[in-house]
Amino acid sequence: MSRRIAPVLAERSDDPRRAINLTVNGEAVTRDVSTRLLLSDFLRHDLRLTGTHVGCEHGVCGCCTVLIDGHSARSCLTLAVQADGSAIRTIESVAADDGTLHPVQRAFKECHALQCGFCTPGFVMSIVSHFEEAGTLDLSEDGVREMLSGNLCRCTGYQNIVAAVRRAAELMGRGGKG
Amino acid sequence: MKPPLFDYVRAETVDEAVAARAAHEYSAVLAGGQSLLPTLNFRLARPDALIDIGRIKALQGTAIDGDEIVIRAMARQREVEYDEAIFAANPLIRETLGNVAHAVIRNRGTVVGSIAHADASAELPALLLATGGAVIARGPKGERRIEANAFFKFHMTTSLAADEIAVAVCIPRLPPGTGYAFLEFARRHGDYALAGVCALLTMGAGGRVASARLAACGIGSRAVRLVAAEAALNGQKPDAASFAAAAKAARDAVTASDDRQASIAFRKHLLEHIVGRALGMAHGRAGKPFAS
Repeated sequence: MSRRIAPVLAERSDDPRRAINLTVNGEAVTRDVSTRLLLSDFLRHDLRLTGTHVGCEHGVCGCCTVLIDGHSARSCLTLAVQADGSAIRTIESVAADDGTLHPVQRAFKECHALQCGFCTPGFVMSIVSHFEEAGTLDLSEDGVREMLSGNLCRCTGYQNIVAAVRRAAELMGRGGKG
Repeated sequence: MKPPLFDYVRAETVDEAVAARAAHEYSAVLAGGQSLLPTLNFRLARPDALIDIGRIKALQGTAIDGDEIVIRAMARQREVEYDEAIFAANPLIRETLGNVAHAVIRNRGTVVGSIAHADASAELPALLLATGGAVIARGPKGERRIEANAFFKFHMTTSLAADEIAVAVCIPRLPPGTGYAFLEFARRHGDYALAGVCALLTMGAGGRVASARLAACGIGSRAVRLVAAEAALNGQKPDAASFAAAAKAARDAVTASDDRQASIAFRKHLLEHIVGRALGMAHGRAGKPFAS
């Protein structure tokens, strides 16, 4: 009779926890979290901000992209404890309080840049961070595809997402080369 | 797809981090986390403790110290990529970083972390080898300098001891007029390379190659110097014939076995092709001021 012999694992009788203070979408948050909790799960489960999606959980798909101190980042490759003291922005902060869409969201809608929508929050956060960071936007075909290269979409074939980036640049009065 | 349990130590100083490293049998150092977190999520790694060095002030940023660029452990890849002083001192760094994953990953990932992680397909170990850089390690007995050619042992295995922390890497300034190029082939932009190469060409008297330095990633169990290709170039005229001979000589450096992404024959073909192209690019840039 074959049995699976358990591997030798480090003994961990407890679940170490730590208090974190951060701002999420401008609101101060203090929580006590497990040190192994991913930022993506912290946002979704602890704060119930379920707009940040979880796809691959190893940094490939880009669905969980949020902004940490103004820079785009994979929330599945960041521990909640690492975000202590940071300012996080998620997809929930992008549209205005009255529901007016952000130009990037409006461009996605106009250009039909989403179908199932699962990947959309990640795309929008990546694009927003590029628009906020870049002095000159590279709006050439290659430049836009490079901008989008960290996010996967399984529905659209990307053409409409590329178009949406250009449309968003137009709406925001952001010229660029290309 | 969730990390296993671990003790979490947030070090405020390098000494604290080194002490924590000594206090745990199997610890992992957390910097940007862009390589470590996937291995934790997959539970490929199960460290007793994570030692978070992210807040240590002495490990932030970069400096140019004489003929060396010092990149400290918490300098993010994106920060190094955009640094104009670093570009002016060694433009190969920016060119290589542009091929490391995606901008989103480079926003968090660190240069030192990627080098210490030492994935055999990662670009930055090849950069360190080609440029003749070094890793500065700190342990209980103090600091030591490990030259690149003694650092990479195997895929994800380096000569860092279990109680040491890589606190910085040093990359030499390129002499003005050095030709440089980084090229890789990956299935999708941002993936690890099936084969990648860093090329440096220094021209000498009589229009001949005074020194060629080449290093490759993705082709074996670790990043490697392409010594046979270098030997085929040194003292030669930089022309199509010598580049082709060097590229052909590079083929034997491929030791990766067939895998689901590429056969060994295909990797040899890729390496030969990109070495030839990289030498052409480097030669085109030789003798000119560094410009993007």
